[in-house]
Formats: sequence, structure tokens, C-alpha cells
Amino acid sequence: MTATALEQLGKHIETALKNEVTGYTIANDELTVTARTDQIVKVLTYLRDDTDCKFRILVDICGVDWPQRAMRFDVVYHLLSMHLNQRVRIKVEADERTPVPSVVSVFSAANWFERELWDMYGVLVSGHPDLRRILTDYGFQGHPLRKDFPLSGYVELRYDEDQKRVVYEPVKLAQEFRNFDFLSPWEGARAVLPGDEKADGAEKGGA
Amino acid sequence: MQNDRQIKNYHLNFGPQHPAAHGVLRLILELDGEVVARTDPHIGLLHRGTEKLIEHKTYLQAIGYFDRLDYAAPMNQEHAYALAIEKALGIDVPIRGQYIRVLYAELTRIMNHILNLTTHAMDVGALTPILWGFEERETLCEFYERASGSRMHAKYFRPGGVHQDLPPDLIDDIWKWTETFPRVIADMETLLVDNRIFKQRNVDIGVVSQEQALDWGMSGPMLRSTGLAWDLRKSQPYDVYDRMDFDIPVGKHGDCYDRFILRVEEMRQSLKIMRQCIHEMPAGEVLTEDRKIAPPRRAEMKQSMEALIHHFKLYTEGYKIPAGEVYAAVEAPKGEFGVYLVSDGKNKPYRCKIRAPGFAHLQAMDMMLEGHMLADVPAVLGSIDIVFGEVDR
Repeated sequence: MTATALEQLGKHIETALKNEVTGYTIANDELTVTARTDQIVKVLTYLRDDTDCKFRILVDICGVDWPQRAMRFDVVYHLLSMHLNQRVRIKVEADERTPVPSVVSVFSAANWFERELWDMYGVLVSGHPDLRRILTDYGFQGHPLRKDFPLSGYVELRYDEDQKRVVYEPVKLAQEFRNFDFLSPWEGARAVLPGDEKADGAEKGGA
Repeated sequence: MQNDRQIKNYHLNFGPQHPAAHGVLRLILELDGEVVARTDPHIGLLHRGTEKLIEHKTYLQAIGYFDRLDYAAPMNQEHAYALAIEKALGIDVPIRGQYIRVLYAELTRIMNHILNLTTHAMDVGALTPILWGFEERETLCEFYERASGSRMHAKYFRPGGVHQDLPPDLIDDIWKWTETFPRVIADMETLLVDNRIFKQRNVDIGVVSQEQALDWGMSGPMLRSTGLAWDLRKSQPYDVYDRMDFDIPVGKHGDCYDRFILRVEEMRQSLKIMRQCIHEMPAGEVLTEDRKIAPPRRAEMKQSMEALIHHFKLYTEGYKIPAGEVYAAVEAPKGEFGVYLVSDGKNKPYRCKIRAPGFAHLQAMDMMLEGHMLADVPAVLGSIDIVFGEVDR
């Protein structure tokens, strides 16, 4: 699909859903539409049923965590239209308290994707028929894909021979977790050579 | 007195250790007599936190995790990831590299379908196909090994092409194999396609309508078995698929039997693509020459200081991807496998969401199994082609 067609599709969606959609961008030949969180059901229903769109397949729902933002989570919906042979990405924002309305009534496929969203990010989904954890262990605490959740987790489990059952224990790392910052290997700790401070001073004096 | 008694439904725990569960699936089945009233799949027993781990690795290091998702078809996953990075960076892949990727993607599809078809047959009682099929699968694993050095977890597709060129005698051997393999498919067909027991176990079992398939976000053979000719290799071609001449087989009824026949036909189409690839494959580079993305050749590093620096920088810092997001999908053997990459401009993915086809298919189990007998559970499970590496991630 050409860029102009994408532009047209974006305009079409924006004008049809004036109050629900807050804008659209095109990057990497992909259309991203941002919408208001409480209106997501209406947006997806429109995209599914509109004869010019027919986004009939919900490909994916996922979260992205931006802890520095006030509304820290992005909830991203990927839709596919076989009719247009085109994909669209819908983004809404959420935080720990603001629930995202469930879209299970629009796409049955949303069920597990929303459970995963709750499990991994702790984004509340309102009106979901069965909002349980899905990927993590029974009785797991925390939401592992949040940026403030450590990579190693908090507990580890092992089989205890004395108690004849699996026990959970706080994570003990035999070696400290090593996270190298390779981003600027040439600008690391500044080596102070004896006599170097004179060079700096000389520069200042010269100028 | 007897008639007033309420009969409670029976709950059955299927798995997590069950040979027909294709891995670690725990199904809580609510049975009304022998009829399944409700299915509740409990997944996540193989959850390894792949997406979290990828956030802590550079783009190049993360490829290895993709082999370990759907371990029955490793290279297709790498393909999706490589395409996502190439899209984000806007780099081109040399033509020979693209041909090799398509060749190996199709080889992997056959590898996956052999595993699925024969284990599906085993689930419904036929033991011979798996013994015949795995011999061929072993040959394919050898082709993997000769190309990449590894039988399963190849890490062969890299952003910008493939890791190294194929040895010439390997290409000859693959060609010879494509000549003998149709006979194996035919043999397997004689065992199963008209087999009365196999048909009784599969025809009209686990029927999915077109509406349901769309509603549940299905893709791949699950979607095509309902009669929709949707294949990303045709509709949104990547690499050199647009040069390939092949057909998309579709089903009619959307049942287990259609899905089986469809996969058999897909193997024939894959063979056709593989033969075209070998036939048309041009000479040339297999990996992009952009030294900021792909490492220099080992021999070059012995002579050139610049090559050595590039090598060092690539394997420590890696490359940075401009801030933004991309979604790239491939037609994996099981359906649409997608990678959604969010970058914040650093050398590690900020977020990498893996869209696995099996995840979407497995959640439709409840819909597909309702009203079926307990004995149909393995047949349906076998026909939707589940591998837990990608479902649990």
C-alpha cells in the first residue's frame, strides 16, 4: 500500500471518529492511530464493521511500559484487514488505576491477549469475562514486564527433599547480575594522568 | 428418587504431562458424561520470560531466543525478527541472501509439517507415519547443521541476510532430497488419507467456520482450512516470495481432516518453492555489506584494522535502531508470526512483543471442543499444531 493510501485511510478514520481518535501518524509504512482509552470499544467496532476498513482480524494486543510518563502504559492493538490488505495499529494510554475497557465483545481473540496484558503489566481490563493470570505461575505476585521488575524476579523455586514438595525462596544469585553499559565504551571513566590538569589550565589561560 | 438426582459434571485434568498434550499443556475439562462441556487450557508452564530477556540483550544477541520459541520451526521466527530490524533500519538484503532465506524458510515449513502431521496421526492411533516421517526430518536437521552448524537452534538468519553462504555440495544434496521426498509424502498419504479409522477420528471434528476463524484471530492453515485463501507469502510478500510460483491450498470444511490434507499439500508447494530457489539462486553476497550492521568476514579482520574495530563494536555495543516502532510478520508454518519492536534509540529493544500464532489458536480450544467427545481432544489439539515454546514464550 502506498503512502498516500495510508494517509487517506488515516484521514478517513480520523474524520469518522472525531471524538474518539486523537490523531494518527505514519512511520515505516505503518499507520498508527492514537485513541482515547474509554472509547476503544467504539473505535475497534467501527474499524471492524466499516465497509471501507473491514479490519476483521485482531492480530495482537500488547502493552508497553514507559515509567517516566504520568500515564505509564501504552496498550497497543494490531488489526489486519484482508479486504484492504492493510494493517493498523491503535494505541491507547493507561496507568495502574485507569482500566482499559475489554474488547472481547468485539473480537473473541482479545480474551487471552487481555489476560496477558493484565498478567505482564497489571493493566486493569474492565468488563473482561475471566481476568485471571495466564502465563505466570499459580500464586505469582507482581507484573514481570514492567520496567521496575528485576530481570531475575524475586523468588526462585526448588524441590525440597525434607518437605517432599516444591518450595519458593528469595532469589540468590551466585554471581552479581552483570549489566554492562556498552553504549559509550570510549567515554567511560576519565583517566586522570599526572600533569594533565596543567593542560586544561593552559587551555583556559591561553583563551 | 433416582430421577430427581442432579448429576454433577466431572472435571478432568488433562496434562501437564501427557504425550498427546504436545508439551506442557494443562487442560481442565468439564465433562458431561463423555462429552466435553467446557475447556480451560492452563498455559504458561513453559514461560521463560523471553520478552523480558530480549529487553536486556542487544539486537544481535536476541536472535537466539527466537529459535527457542517454536522449536519445531526455528528459522521462520528468526526471519520475522530479522525482517523487523531490517524494516526499522531501512537496509536491503542481497538477493542471494534472500533466496537462501526463502529456501530455508520453506525447508523449515516441511520440517514443521512432518512433525505435526505425523504426531497428529500418532495421537489418533497411527504409529507408522511418525517412524517414516522422522527419518526425513532427520535429513532436514542435517541440512540445518551443514548450513549453520546446529541441528535446531540455528541462529542463521541475521538482520541483513544470513550468517554465511551455503556450501555448494549442500545445495546439490537439498536438490536431490527434493527429488526423493515426494515419494515419502505419497507413502504417508496411502497410510492415512483414505484410512477408515483416521477419517472417523478427524472428519467433522473441531469444525471452524470462516466467521469464527476471523473472530478468533486465526491464521495459517487454521484459517485456510475454512476456505479463505490468505497467505502472507502471497498477500504481503517478503524477501523473494513475489518471484516464486506456488499455490495456496485451501480447505472446505474447516475440520481436522481438512487441516491435515492442507498441510500435506503445503509440503508439496514448499518443495516447489525450494526447487525454484535452488534453480534461480544467483551468486553473490549473502549478508549486507554495511559494516555498521553486519560483521566483517574473518579473513578481512586479519588484514584490516578497520574491520577489527567494526567487529569489536558490533559484538559489544551492537547497533542502534532509531526510536520508533515496527511490526513485521511472516507466514510461519503455524500461522502469522509477528514481531512488534519498540525502540528508544538505544542498542537494545525497548519492547519486543512476540505474536505467536499458537497463542491465538489455543484460546479457541473451548469453542472448538464444545460438544465433542473426550477422545476428540487429542485430535483437535494435534490439528491446531501447538508448540509450547511459542505459546508460553
